[in-house]
Amino acid sequence: MACSFPEEVLEYVFSFLTSQKDRNAVSLVCKSWYEMERWCRKRIFVGNCYAVSPRIMIRRFPEVKSVELKGKPHFADFNLVPDGWGGYVYPWIVEIAKGYPWLEEIRLKRMVVTDESLELIAKSFKNFKVLVLSSCEGFSTDGLAAIAANCRNLRVLDLRECEVEDLSGHWLSHFPDTFTSLESLNIACLGSEVSFSALERLVARSPNLKTLRLNRTVPLEKLSKILQRAPQLVDFGTGAYSADVRSDVYSGLVDAFSGCKNLKSLSGFWDVTPAYLPVIYSVCSQLTSLNLSYATTQSPDLTKIVSQCHSLQRLVVLDYIEDTGLNTISMSCKDLRELVVFPSDPFVADAIVPLTEQGLVSVSYGCPKLQSVLYFCRQMSNSALISISKNRPNLTCFRLCIIEPRAPDYQTLEPLDIGFGSIVENCKQLTRLSMSGLLTDRVFEYIGTHAKKLDMLSIAFAGDSDLGLHHVLSGCDSLRKLEIRDCPFSDKALLANASKLERMRSLWMSSCYVSFGACKLLGQRMPGLNVEVIDERENINSIPDYVPVEKVYIYRTVSGQRFDMPDFVSIMGKDRDGVYNLS
Amino acid sequence: MASETSCFTTEPPTAPAAAAGGLNFNDTELTLRLPGESRKSGAKRRFSGVTDLKLGENDRSDTECSGVTESPSSKEQVVGWPPVRSHRKNMTKRDCKYVKVAVDGAPYLRKVDLEFYSGYQQLLCAFEDLFSCFTIINVTGDVLNERKLMDPVNGMEYVPTYEDKDGDWMLVGDVPWKMFVESCKRIRLMKNSEAINGSGINHRQLYLFT
Repeated sequence: MACSFPEEVLEYVFSFLTSQKDRNAVSLVCKSWYEMERWCRKRIFVGNCYAVSPRIMIRRFPEVKSVELKGKPHFADFNLVPDGWGGYVYPWIVEIAKGYPWLEEIRLKRMVVTDESLELIAKSFKNFKVLVLSSCEGFSTDGLAAIAANCRNLRVLDLRECEVEDLSGHWLSHFPDTFTSLESLNIACLGSEVSFSALERLVARSPNLKTLRLNRTVPLEKLSKILQRAPQLVDFGTGAYSADVRSDVYSGLVDAFSGCKNLKSLSGFWDVTPAYLPVIYSVCSQLTSLNLSYATTQSPDLTKIVSQCHSLQRLVVLDYIEDTGLNTISMSCKDLRELVVFPSDPFVADAIVPLTEQGLVSVSYGCPKLQSVLYFCRQMSNSALISISKNRPNLTCFRLCIIEPRAPDYQTLEPLDIGFGSIVENCKQLTRLSMSGLLTDRVFEYIGTHAKKLDMLSIAFAGDSDLGLHHVLSGCDSLRKLEIRDCPFSDKALLANASKLERMRSLWMSSCYVSFGACKLLGQRMPGLNVEVIDERENINSIPDYVPVEKVYIYRTVSGQRFDMPDFVSIMGKDRDGVYNLS
Repeated sequence: MASETSCFTTEPPTAPAAAAGGLNFNDTELTLRLPGESRKSGAKRRFSGVTDLKLGENDRSDTECSGVTESPSSKEQVVGWPPVRSHRKNMTKRDCKYVKVAVDGAPYLRKVDLEFYSGYQQLLCAFEDLFSCFTIINVTGDVLNERKLMDPVNGMEYVPTYEDKDGDWMLVGDVPWKMFVESCKRIRLMKNSEAINGSGINHRQLYLFT
């Protein structure tokens, strides 16, 4: 049967498909669509760098301009993944350098990026434009110097919360004088001082600069100079926000900020001197994003700012905002979509913090567009959770961390099962959920029954038995990422739902009761999964099968087992050649 | 204040604490029993951590004090909890450092939080606000930034002085700000005449009004 549309027409139609999901769906329709789609795909997203090999990717998609990779599992952010586990980008860069010489964009998250990798990137891609490194580690400022010196068409250099070995700030001076294409520079995570004059000159010759996030070492007194050079900025991150109070500095900042007519996003604000906060008042009403999570200043100062941010869509703040500040937000920030509240003293058990569940309830009541919440607090109740769920059925992301593990409803002393149950029942579009507090198997029954759109679930110190895990694995149809720590889940639920694991990206379980034997069995039975046991005890090969593993990370893969593992990682059920070990 | 028998005891405090009229010495005495168990009323939340997980057991009954208890710092023993990333871990507010401020001749004292200010100038401005009769005079001369306050109504000058950790009365402004914050125990705005004649602080006579 002849194809009904000429190829050119189909290709043109496909060019409007930008989402990976849509493109994946299109490629499954028939062989000719598969072929056509693969030749015109420009962006690739690989959610787990061990799920596929770079060669497979390059073979299938020859014309890619943008690659995004993720490495370590999410719990690596909280030191649960030992150093040396993996996630090395270098082998990918080697292959991509050969396969995509015209590559323009690389985005990496939680990967180990060496200076060697950065040097290879700098050398290999003549039209390289965008480098975004999120939560990466393993490189130094020498690697950044290589990028600065060689990437003539660089537009974006975005280092988000990376661990960088800071040899000096001199790397910034490696951008040549002829380099004028910079649009976005984020160096907030770097510790060492860059030459201010080099920075100023770079900003001055970058007419397209829209995003500039400075690091802590750029002094407040010099900020107005930078802003005067770049009044077109849309996204600005200050350096350390403290200085002796001087009227000339103050008025310089007021003028500089009021000159930034396009400014929509502010961040930085380390070590705030409160007297300098009013300089931003003139831009508050135009801000859509504000990150004050490093501003260790009191509620009145914070509240005064947010009360003027009528266009605010995203707010990140410390619990210094207090319930009163959140109440103000609920009345002033009617466009709020995302709220993040971090704890100021996370490791003090009995800290008295005037931020409670009430703050979140008021924001859920007053902000009709609120979709995404990450909230750290010290007490919660079922009634508050029920109110939140009824106020905001449009929530898509709800992450609640009650500081004390297994904390019950502080009013009734009951588990928080019905509270979270209400969240999943009322918030039908919920795609991401993190839970905390005292939770029994009951909450998992609610989740399995109602959370049909849930994509990612994080569980800690919860549940009573395997039934809990079984509810989740058998009920959550859309679940792709599940991470569990310190829960009494063991072999039964895992083995009973083995086929589900192939329909998920990954499952992480640490400090649970999954045994070595179960991991071996799972690895043997499921060829499409890597069952990685991460265990730092000695002689793990001689540990009996019934003993629980420290950590297990299970993910689907088409590239077989990996060979870059440290000695504390074993892939179970497969021998060294990737053949099943039936012994 | 604390019982002078000893701060160290191997028995739980009994009669002496009760006899002291409800003053709870438990907080200060070292005992084999960990401090803080009777500090708060109501059921205490305990997290028993990884080692205490028992399959099938109901954690809800775990409200009595268990043998394995924690001091507030023990949260750090649970790896990765609460789930904050390492660069956020050191976010604690600076400590408040409230010190008394006395003005010679004033009927009552005030208190200021030294951590709130970033330098001497700000502190003097705060005094201007607190004791609204004052204005600041900047004294120039051999000693840079020697500062005083003046009451324009009666022409009296007041010299800011402070008592340091060693109990000595010092002139405000000699040491770097942070050192001052750390060592200052209380502040006294001393009448200039007393400053010259009384406590022997050497004082320049040369000054200019700003």
